Parts: sequence; C-alpha cells; structure tokens
Amino acid sequence: MNTATSTAYNYKVVRQFAIMTVVWGIVGMGLGVFIAAQLAWPDLNFDLPWTSFGRLRPLHTNAVIFAFGGCALFATSYYAVQRTCQTRLFGGPLVAFTFWGWQLVIVLAAITLPLGLTTSKEYAELEWPIDILITVVWVAYAIVFFGTVAQRKVSHIYVGNWFFGGFILTVALLHVVNNLEIPVSAFKSYSLYAGATDAMVQWWYGHNAVGFFLTAGFLGMMYYFVPKQAERPVYSYRLSIVHFWALIAVYIWAGPHHLHYTALPDWAQSLGMVMSIILLAPSWGGMINGMMTLSGAWHKLRTDPILRFLVVSLAFYGMSTFEGPMMAIKTVNALSHYTDWTIGHVHAGALGWVAMISIGSLYHLIPKVFGREQMHSIGLINTHFWLATVGTVLYIASMWVNGITQGLMWRAVNEDGTLTYSFVEALEASHPGFIVRWLGGVFFLTGMLLMAYNTWRTVRAAKPAEYEAAAQMA
Amino acid sequence: MDIGTLRGLGTLLVFVAFVGLVIWVYNGKRKKSFDEAANLPFADEPDEQAPKKPDEDVSRSKSE
Repeated sequence: MNTATSTAYNYKVVRQFAIMTVVWGIVGMGLGVFIAAQLAWPDLNFDLPWTSFGRLRPLHTNAVIFAFGGCALFATSYYAVQRTCQTRLFGGPLVAFTFWGWQLVIVLAAITLPLGLTTSKEYAELEWPIDILITVVWVAYAIVFFGTVAQRKVSHIYVGNWFFGGFILTVALLHVVNNLEIPVSAFKSYSLYAGATDAMVQWWYGHNAVGFFLTAGFLGMMYYFVPKQAERPVYSYRLSIVHFWALIAVYIWAGPHHLHYTALPDWAQSLGMVMSIILLAPSWGGMINGMMTLSGAWHKLRTDPILRFLVVSLAFYGMSTFEGPMMAIKTVNALSHYTDWTIGHVHAGALGWVAMISIGSLYHLIPKVFGREQMHSIGLINTHFWLATVGTVLYIASMWVNGITQGLMWRAVNEDGTLTYSFVEALEASHPGFIVRWLGGVFFLTGMLLMAYNTWRTVRAAKPAEYEAAAQMA
Repeated sequence: MDIGTLRGLGTLLVFVAFVGLVIWVYNGKRKKSFDEAANLPFADEPDEQAPKKPDEDVSRSKSE
C-alpha cells in the first residue's frame, strides 16, 4: 500500500453501496407498489406461482429492509466511521468482500423467494445456505467496522459509531439464534425450536430486526448526518449516551407484543407490553435530541431540502415510536392486530423514518464521495421530499382507516352471538384504502426515480481525479 | 431464593445501573470531554466551513 492510499479514506466501497442503495430502493419499492396493486386488483397475480402475492411479499420486505436499508447502512457506517475516527477502513480485501457478499445475498434472495424456497419465518425467510453466507459477510462487516474503530486517530468513539456498533453486534446475535435450523436438503430446513418457543424466538428476532437493524443503525446515521447537515454538534451528547444504553437495554424485551392473545404465556405477553411502553422514553429522547440539534438553525429548513428530509424523518420516527407502544397495549392490540393498521404502522417507520433518513443522508454523502460540490439538482431533491412526504401520509392514513374498519367489523357480534360481518364484507370495505395505499406507494417510488436521475447526473459529471482528491484526509 | 425474588433483584439491578449511568453522564467533570466528542463529525473538514474544530474553545460551541 503506497502512502497516497494510506492517507486517503476508502470511498470506493461507500460509492458502491450508495449507488446500490438507490438501485435496490427502486427495486424493493417497485415490488411494494406492485403487490399493493395486487391487493387492489387481484388479477395482477397472473395465476402464476412465481408472481403470487405470497411469494412476492417476502421478496419486497427483504429487498427494502436488507437490500435498500442494508446498503444504506453499509454506505453510511463506512463513511461516518472513517471520518469520525480519522482513519482509513480496516480490513483490506474484507471491505470489498462485504460489498460483493452482500450483493450475492440479495441476488440469491431474489432467485429463491419467487421459487417458493422459504423457512416461513418473517424477515428471516432465506434458507440455510444463504443464512450461512449472511453470517460470514456479517462477521467480515464487524471486523472491518470494529477494526476501524480500534485504529482511530482520535480519543473518543463518537456516539454514532456506538449505535452502528450496537446494531452490528446485535444483528449478528439475532440472525444466528433465530436461524438455528436443521437442514433436510440443500433447499429445506426446519427450525430447531418448536411451538410457542419457536414463535417467541421468531418475534424476539423480528422485533429486534426493527429495533436494531431499522432503528439503532439508522440512529447511527442520524447522529452523524443531522449534525453534519445542520452544521452544529448534536443538541446534548449526554442525552445521546443515556439514549444509547436505555434504547438497547429496553428494545430487546419488546418482542412478545407480536404474540398477544396467543399460546405464549400471559406473563411474557405482559412483559412485552410493559417494556414496549417504557420504550417510548428512550425513543423520544433520541428523537428530541435529533430535532433540537436544529435549535438556532431552524431557518436552514427553508432553503435546505436535505435537512428537511432528515428532520421530517425524525418527526415520523417520533410518531411511529408513539404509535408502537400504544399498539403494544393488549386492549388496543385486540383491535389493531392482524389488520392493516399494523401495515400502516410499519410503513410510518419504514417510509417515514428509515427511507427518509437514508435518502437525506445519501443526498449529503453522494456528492462528497464523488468529489462534487452538491447534487446535480437541489430543486429535484425538494420535489423528491414532497413526493416522499405526501406518499407516506397517503399510505399511513389509508391504512389507519382500513385497520380500524377491519378491527371493528371483525369484532362486531349480533345479539345471538353470531358475527355481524363476513370476512369478505370487511375486505370489500378495505378496497378504497388499498387503492389510496397503492397511490401513496406510487408517489414514494416516483421520488426514488427522481433520486436515481439526480444521482446519475451527479455521478456522470464527476471525474475519477475528483474522487481521489475527495478521499484525501484533512 | 425463589425465582420471583431473583427477577425482582434483576429489575433492581437494571434500575441501579440506569441511575448510575445518569449520574456518570451528568457529572460536570465530563463536560469538556463530551464537547470534544460531540464535535467529531467536524474533525475533518478540509474544504468547507469546519464550524467547530476541537482545538478551539469547544465548551461554548453550541451557543455560537
């Protein structure tokens, strides 16, 4: 390694992951729009097994969470950890391996899920050979990330890196424990756990996929990119430390709220409910810390659509982390569970928080790693912001209406104890909401297409010499 | 000791740890060190504003 590269950041892997975030975002959200259309117009299943809702829905969730969200996390964590540690990424060839390995996982998911190869565990559908590949890539990611932190040139480990580190460690633990399974052939395995234990392990994993993959990791992003874009340090560094420890200590217990009124023991259900309500405190602590970073700089929101993305994502984060604890209360859950309300709640978090903070961070990061002043068009970023916001609001509002309608219709009983409505009557009542939800998805996807165009113009204008100059350390 | 007592002690332990964390974090001695850490995102700004370098007086950095 010559001196030129050893004093330069590794931006190549950041560029690769950033571009693939946009690509997989369009693929994953495009799939989401398509399956939303299938719910409104079922003929779009085409009567083919490979294009049926049941097979494409896990492909959508895997694509948006692990392909779009995963690439965004890799890109931003590799970028932020180098800059806040003032050192080049550790690990040499392992860095490129994490990129190509992760892309291979995504491609294998895109092949196996439409073929119907699945473990049937939500967000952990991929079969055992892919699970092993994920584990290997993830261990490489941990070595690169923690190796970089270990060789830092500054004394502190910045709070954003604590969140990224917590996310990497916990996801490794969750993935391995939930995917302990016995292979019976190359493409089929059975879970090591049985019955209610299996359900509890699955939702311990499932909720912490939300808590650590979709929250802790993206909070790492928030703690770097919000101060950076607002050009002022985080509101309270002390609060950020309390935020970190409280969040990781409490999140891990919240999983049982996915299993209210099931065969899971009552005490476990109540524990999950109580811990979910307590979770409101650290969640809002973090949200307030991010928002208040703008105190004294609110005027920047008028001119900076990137900052708007970041701040509105925090608003959606605050909203969905209030809604979540409410829905975890057993009596509320009795109404909301198994209805579209849950889908709306997930997308308030996924579109409003995860996607919008990623998009804002990428608009900050892409010009930096390609050696440009800023994105090709700031106006297009603003258009994207409004498309994303309107799309998210349409999505969650229609799902609230649908969810409450479904919950009330399913529980309505006549005086003689028979059900007032058949299932199909509730389904018919949901049809307008399905169309509005699809429209919201179209808005959001259109914004991503604008982002792809904007990124393409930015990257096309960049010259390799500028890449090199941009990567030099100060 | 029965399992209920153990669980109760577990809760108490977590509570004490939380209070300990808050006391540690809000101890005035650590203010300077936290201000330094909070400015790490700006440690590396070769070509632009570089609002708050750690070698400047960082303790007032937010109120500027």
